[in-house]
Amino acid sequence: MNLNYVAICMFLMFATTYMIRVTPLGFVRRKMENLWIKDFLFYIPFCVLSAMTFPDVLYSTTAAGATPHVSMSAIIATMVAQLMSWRERGLVLVAVVAVAVAVFVEMGVPYIMSLF
Amino acid sequence: MNEFIRGLKRGFPICLGYIPVSFTFGLMAVKLGFSPLQATLISLTNMASAGQFAGIRLIEGGAPYIELVITTLVINIRYFLMSLSLSQKVSPDISFGKRSVMAYCITDEVFALAAMEKDEVSFPFFGGLMTTPILGWTGGTLLGAIASGLLSPELQGCMGIALYCMFIAIIIPPAKKSRKVAMAVAISALLSCMFKYVPGLNMLSQAGGGGWAIIVSAVLGAAFSASVKENKRRRKPSEERSQYES
Repeated sequence: MNLNYVAICMFLMFATTYMIRVTPLGFVRRKMENLWIKDFLFYIPFCVLSAMTFPDVLYSTTAAGATPHVSMSAIIATMVAQLMSWRERGLVLVAVVAVAVAVFVEMGVPYIMSLF
Repeated sequence: MNEFIRGLKRGFPICLGYIPVSFTFGLMAVKLGFSPLQATLISLTNMASAGQFAGIRLIEGGAPYIELVITTLVINIRYFLMSLSLSQKVSPDISFGKRSVMAYCITDEVFALAAMEKDEVSFPFFGGLMTTPILGWTGGTLLGAIASGLLSPELQGCMGIALYCMFIAIIIPPAKKSRKVAMAVAISALLSCMFKYVPGLNMLSQAGGGGWAIIVSAVLGAAFSASVKENKRRRKPSEERSQYES
C-alpha cells in the first residue's frame, strides 16, 4: 500500500473521530431539561450496540479471508453469550466463553467427528 | 488522587475486555497489509472498535478520502450522542482543555461506566477510568499484529465474535430490568436486520459504506422508547437509572 495514502487516511480517521467526540463535551455546558431528550440520549448507546450486533454477529466467525457467511458456531456462541448476559456475567467472561464455544463448534467438533 | 485511583480500578475490567477485541483488530490489519506499527497507531489515535474495522477495509480497498471520512463519521456518530450525554454528567466548571482530553476516550464501554456514576463525573476519575483501557486497546492491537502469523485463519475468524458478545453483555442486563430499554434494543436490532435482508432496503443501506443503517435503526429504536408512555409506572427511566445501572 502507498505509505502517503495510508498516512493521510489514518489522519482523517483520527480527525473525524475526535471531532465527533470533542464537539458536544467541549461546547455544551448547559444542563438539558427536556425529559424526552434525556431519555433518548440514555437509550442511544444500547440501541447502537444492538443494531451493530444484529445480524452481523451471526457472520462474525467466518475464517479470515473467506466470504462472510452465517455459521453454526456463531449461532451457538451468540446463544451462549445471551444466556450468560441474562445471568449478568461480566463483559470479559462472556466474550472469552463465546470465543471458546465458537472455536469448539468450528474446529473441535469436526475434529472429533473425523475420529470416527 | 483518590478519584484517579477509583477510576483506575473501575476501568480495569474494560482493559481486559479490550485485549481480545483489539487483538482481533491487529490480526485483521496485518492480514490486510498494514504494518504492526500502523495498526497500533490507528488504535491509539482512534479508540473506536467498529469504526477502525470499517476504516482498514476501506483503506485496503483504496477508497477515496471522502468515503473514508463519511463512513467514519456515520459509524462513530454514536460517540456524538455519548459525548452529549456526558456533557450533562460533568461539572460545568471543567475547563475546555480538560474536556478535550476526556473526549479522546469516550468509547462505548468507558462511557457506559461513566454514565453509571451517581454523582458528577470529575476529571481525575475519568482520567483514571480511561488509562488502562487505552493501554489494553493499543497493547492488544500490537500483540495481535505480531501474532498474526501464528494463528490459523479459522481461529482468527472465531475471535471476531468477541466484540459482538461484549456488546451483548452490555445490552442485556439493562434490557432485562427495563421494558423500555428492551423495546428500544429489540426495535433497533429488527430494523438493522431489515436493512440487511429486505430487498430494496438492503440496496439502499449499502450506500456510503453501509454505516448509516446502524444510525437510522438506533435513532428510531431510542426515539420509540423515549416517546411511549409506560402504563404502570409514570416515572421516566432517566430518573430510575440507578436501579438498572448498578
